[in-house]
Amino acid sequence: MALLQISEPGAAPDPHQRRIAVGIDLGTTHSLVAAVRNGVAECLPDMQGRVILPSAVRYLSEGGRHIGHDALAEAAIDPRNTIVSVKRLMGRGLGDIAHREKLPYDFIDAPGMVQVQTVDGVKSPVEVSAEILAALRHRAEDAFADDLFGAVITVPAYFDEAQRQATKDAAQLAGLNALRLINEPTAAAIAYGLEHGSEGLYAVYDLGGGTFDISLLRLSQGVFEVIATGGDSALGGDDFDRLLADWALSQSDLEATTPRDKRSVLVAARAAKEKLSAADHATLACPLSGGELWVRVSRNEFEAMSRELVARTLAAVRKVLRDAKANKTEVHGVVMVGGSTRMPMVQKAVGDFFSQTPLTNLNPDEVVALGAAIQANALAGNAGADELLLLDVIPLSLCLETMGGLVERIIPRNSTIPTARAQEFTTFKDGQTAMAIHVVQGERELVSDCRSLARFELRGIPPMVAGAARIRVSFQVDADGLLSVKAREETSGVEAAIDVKPSYGLADDDIARMLRESFITAESDMKARSLRESRVEAERMLLATRAALMADGDLLSQDQRDAIEALLAGIEAVREGEDHHVIDAAVEALAKGTEAFAAERMNRSIHQALAGRRVEEV
Amino acid sequence: MKLDSDDFELFDVPRRFEQDRAVLDARWRALQGEVHPDKFAAEGAAVQRVAMQWAVRVNEAYQRLKDPLKRAAYLCALNGSPVDTEKNTAMPASFLMQQMEWREALDEADSIEEVEAIADDVAARQKAAFAELRHSFDERRDTAAAAEQVRALMFVERFAQDIDRRLEALGQ
Repeated sequence: MALLQISEPGAAPDPHQRRIAVGIDLGTTHSLVAAVRNGVAECLPDMQGRVILPSAVRYLSEGGRHIGHDALAEAAIDPRNTIVSVKRLMGRGLGDIAHREKLPYDFIDAPGMVQVQTVDGVKSPVEVSAEILAALRHRAEDAFADDLFGAVITVPAYFDEAQRQATKDAAQLAGLNALRLINEPTAAAIAYGLEHGSEGLYAVYDLGGGTFDISLLRLSQGVFEVIATGGDSALGGDDFDRLLADWALSQSDLEATTPRDKRSVLVAARAAKEKLSAADHATLACPLSGGELWVRVSRNEFEAMSRELVARTLAAVRKVLRDAKANKTEVHGVVMVGGSTRMPMVQKAVGDFFSQTPLTNLNPDEVVALGAAIQANALAGNAGADELLLLDVIPLSLCLETMGGLVERIIPRNSTIPTARAQEFTTFKDGQTAMAIHVVQGERELVSDCRSLARFELRGIPPMVAGAARIRVSFQVDADGLLSVKAREETSGVEAAIDVKPSYGLADDDIARMLRESFITAESDMKARSLRESRVEAERMLLATRAALMADGDLLSQDQRDAIEALLAGIEAVREGEDHHVIDAAVEALAKGTEAFAAERMNRSIHQALAGRRVEEV
Repeated sequence: MKLDSDDFELFDVPRRFEQDRAVLDARWRALQGEVHPDKFAAEGAAVQRVAMQWAVRVNEAYQRLKDPLKRAAYLCALNGSPVDTEKNTAMPASFLMQQMEWREALDEADSIEEVEAIADDVAARQKAAFAELRHSFDERRDTAAAAEQVRALMFVERFAQDIDRRLEALGQ
């Protein structure tokens, strides 16, 4: 029980208030959950003591499912219903998926995101990911014998808005409060930097099962500043497996035709690849419907066939250095993350490129989850928030469509978040009363080459001659990297706004439907959970506001103070009630009613901090 | 110090063109350390919203201050000589000639070495232009002249971006 936990020095004063927050690495091939316990981040094991959960879900005909090791073991015998590497499908349409003919699934081309037909019905990648997240959530709840306050979930730095939104949707479906999505290389840097007290410019080279990321960060006294990030959201260990599998088939006269064959040969290729990290030779062997596949492969042969994949990662590294206007000689250290960096050829290529030995002393499988756990602990308001500050960037430019299908960049890639930018546009026809706004993401010049995120219309523009209207479109990106867009005609004040839920994301209704249909979280559980969360939030707001009044009450007039006291009393009156909507409304009223006070306090704290710093500088 | 303080006040640096990048970087990190929403994770939504506004404002100022061209345009605007690129497109003939020569050279270049040679030439030219700009702002205090130099530099910057794209296309 949380009651028995001992409060650490500098931790929340009341042990009841310590909130359990975890970091989750939702990976292509495997996933992990980690948490800070007694001041140390550690991965949480399952009942058998294993920390790694294979990212595999097998759907059974009676509505049951196997998740993790069991599912993976069954992938070859039931390939159609066993979804592995689902991360490569997240936020993607059918046409986006490379080499889909080599995958053993029955894909369904659904609007927005591809889906998979299984024996238990049609599954969206979001649902499959939610199964994995829910398994990890249960693992963590068992470990702490308590509910989770929330989770920080990692995503590849190069994930676009659609892929990020899909990940957030999966968290919601799994009943997790996603405190933040953070980028995998950034998480790795946190774990690495905090452990080693590193300072300076670091490159994080993250080659996972299905994605490749490269980030350049500056570490300085607990501040983790991402300077530039890049990569390829469809390049990873799976691609090495596929190359090796194709090669092995070409060496024999066999073909992989059935779903089971396709899976078997990939599983065998992966085993051979892993063996080649330590041995000079390996044998790729598996039964296929046309006969027994048995091919011997040397490390040299494997490296020759994969040279081009490694070269692709280095091209992305060069691009990031160019974006950062940094020279590779300025890089103090190169942190290797992701299981695929175990391949000697990858370590050698990266080492040669940077002329230094890459850092491999943290377990490349665990480092991302550990970093996420540290950030989760800080975001939950537990100890450590003061020592850590993460300044991340958006990986891809956010743009608007302009005349002729061209792209106007509003927020360039690698802008530090949170950020906001505005740009003015005008009408091109006399008497034009509406303007269509199409938000896209990408680096290309043509809208058709970028990813469409959202469309909305600004209506009710007063009729004017062409070019007279002044339409200001503002983009705002929050600390999660999620975008909202507002358009306003300045002469008339007409406005329209949208929170960008990419066309590939799920609508809230879809989520609600899936929650109802899914047995991940039963409805009564949901209600009880909402109520509990609302009460905790009310308690937290009461404490925070009282503390603020104590510290900075002198900023308020008597009237202002009375108004806030009345709102506090309003929460007191309802917080033990059974309706979470009522509690939420009272909390929101307090939040609104204290906004001006919060702004004043912020001004004061900045003044004090800067004054203090000036004294230090003297 | 308010949300509507100008960038120089916000960062507590002198209002001039010449700036020490290391000081700007350190100030930015210190300011974000005070205002970033994550620093207020334990507080309510109102505080979060205010923190977000501040963090956005600090990032905006930092983007402008650390980029010499943006900083210069901002200084022009603060001093009442806005750059006004849309209305004001007149450029000296010699400058336009130079631009045309560069563009032709870039069109004809078909190797990384040739493109890089143009890039080096442009970079040298930018460096000299920024030195002149510093002189106009910080010594002669002639913002009208500075605004003209900023307009010219904006052309050069756009050309430099085209060069980068070309280099990217050539697989550098």
